[in-house]
Amino acid sequence: MSVYVVRRGLQSVVVLFAMSLIVFLGVYAIGNPIDILINPQADQIDRERAIAALGLDKPLWEQYVVFLKSAATGDLGHSFVHSTPALRLIVEKMPATMELAIAAMLIAVVLGIPLGLWAGLRPHAFSGRAIMAGSILGFSLPTFWVGLMLIMVFSVMLGWLPSNGRGPTVEILGVDVSFLSLEGWRHLVMPATNLALFKLALLIRLTRAGTREALMQDYVKFARAKGLSNARVIGVHVLRNILIPIVTVIGLEFGSVIAFAIVTESVFAWPGMGKLLIDSINLLDRPVIVAYLLVIVAIFIAINLAVDVLYSALDPRVRLSDSKG
Amino acid sequence: MTPLLQVEGLRTHFFTRAGVVKAVDDVSFAVDRGEVLGLVGESGSGKSITGYSIMGLVDPPGRIVAGSIRLDGREIRELDAESMRRLRGNRMAMIFQDPMMTLNPVLRIDRQMTEAILAHDDVSRATALERARDALGRVGIPSPDERLRAYPHQFSGGMRQRVAIAIALLNGPDLVIADEPTTALDVTIQGQILYEIQKLAREAGTALVWITHDLSVVAGLADRVCVMYAGRIVEQGTTAQVLDAPLHPYTQGLLDSVPSRNARGARLRQIAGMTPSLVDLPDACAFRERCDRADGACGEAPPMRVAGGDPGRGARCHHPLVPWPCP
Repeated sequence: MSVYVVRRGLQSVVVLFAMSLIVFLGVYAIGNPIDILINPQADQIDRERAIAALGLDKPLWEQYVVFLKSAATGDLGHSFVHSTPALRLIVEKMPATMELAIAAMLIAVVLGIPLGLWAGLRPHAFSGRAIMAGSILGFSLPTFWVGLMLIMVFSVMLGWLPSNGRGPTVEILGVDVSFLSLEGWRHLVMPATNLALFKLALLIRLTRAGTREALMQDYVKFARAKGLSNARVIGVHVLRNILIPIVTVIGLEFGSVIAFAIVTESVFAWPGMGKLLIDSINLLDRPVIVAYLLVIVAIFIAINLAVDVLYSALDPRVRLSDSKG
Repeated sequence: MTPLLQVEGLRTHFFTRAGVVKAVDDVSFAVDRGEVLGLVGESGSGKSITGYSIMGLVDPPGRIVAGSIRLDGREIRELDAESMRRLRGNRMAMIFQDPMMTLNPVLRIDRQMTEAILAHDDVSRATALERARDALGRVGIPSPDERLRAYPHQFSGGMRQRVAIAIALLNGPDLVIADEPTTALDVTIQGQILYEIQKLAREAGTALVWITHDLSVVAGLADRVCVMYAGRIVEQGTTAQVLDAPLHPYTQGLLDSVPSRNARGARLRQIAGMTPSLVDLPDACAFRERCDRADGACGEAPPMRVAGGDPGRGARCHHPLVPWPCP
């Protein structure tokens, strides 16, 4: 197990390194930040002083080496625009995105698994078919459009919920959260639902397919032949088996919810990392873009590791061992 | 004395898009306490569905449409779901064909065993665990304490089937339905498992319904035999009667297909043709198209006729190998 974790750690470093190189080159190819950052009226001396201050006068490879050196000490550079450390900018915005992502994932899991089970147990009943029809909508409607419709209905027409922003936050353990106040909830519920919709549809379909498949297995029939109650057959024998693929997908999707909350954050003006990224791309603020993507990659790696560990807890056939590993 | 299990006129049909599949069509038999009944037939003859029907485990689109199933004189078709659940795994148990598939891969053996006890008996977890361990020991699993904490994939096929047998026998059932429990195993293991079940059933006075396509298994195990074809019992009698002096041409065909009965080097005998599709089966002898004794009379389904005044001996055939009324 420990050998496994160490090896995964080394692999992660390689992935992070490759990612930083790609992003560095990619942002360089998009355009020159100087054209955006510096007042066009500035004279040549001012211009060169600014370029030198940002370290952009050096050749690209040298800039990258400088970046790597400071990155090794945990410093991902300063934002060109805000002159603050890029990492701090991101970490400041992270609680908002995390809160949104976790809320969305909770909605998807808490609704998706029971609905999928229900649809899997009653594939021919009206309720089962209705759930599946609903999930097709969840899949096919574009997120931004659903977001706009939600705002139309609940903010503009009914006036029940605020259309944008995060609302008041409360600090716990140094992290700002908004789910502790009613006003915070009112701000959170719509963007979270919007972000959850696609994942909800995915989980419903996955759970339903797994349930249908598990129900046909001999071990389910054998469990019933033992005289177990229906609740136990479904709740233990079926659910334990279908949880294996579901946990994998939840893990992967959680990463993508964090990374791609951008659309929802833009629609609802949610002050999260996604919005920061869009703003930084518009300003070609390279350190922030690079830092953002590295943070996202790190989150993905951490989630994948957690999924692997959880997976082995759920499926005894894939125990992580040092020998086989 | 009422028999332990009495099945009468059982019809289990599957309502599919292609039509009604009469998987079990008018099946009647009885099993006494401690008796071993062999239910023999080819794949698709309805023998497994007969077993599921008794256990109340027929899945839609299948449904028992007629007949009665009495366990110890009590009609179990009239029971509600909860009463039926209390019978399953308690008074009657079932062992399945493929031991690789019957144990849940993600649950430990101890859990899979104790849950079967706790579903029926109000005992402590520790008592249940103790009973589970003893049961594992009885079916010949070495160091049962350790094996209780293992997962199914850590067992071989033969060992898994032993675990399944131990689970089936956990609550001391009166009746065990064994659905080809040795078919998926190596021949050497088959012999051991056969011996083990036979021994345990005899010790506890458990009645066995042994579903198989293998006549050689039946020969050494069963007291009585029912031969099924296309959802019907076509011949029944004691094992000696059916194997030594068959009445139905199909039984004769089955016996002829057993390799060891043929002369060495000769071509294996087989029954011509294929089993008929069970979809919308006409009301005629289902075997007539493969039978060299068939004539116009076989267009009408033959009833089960008792042979020689013995109510347990009979066949469904217009032209049995020994002419009616067979001695």
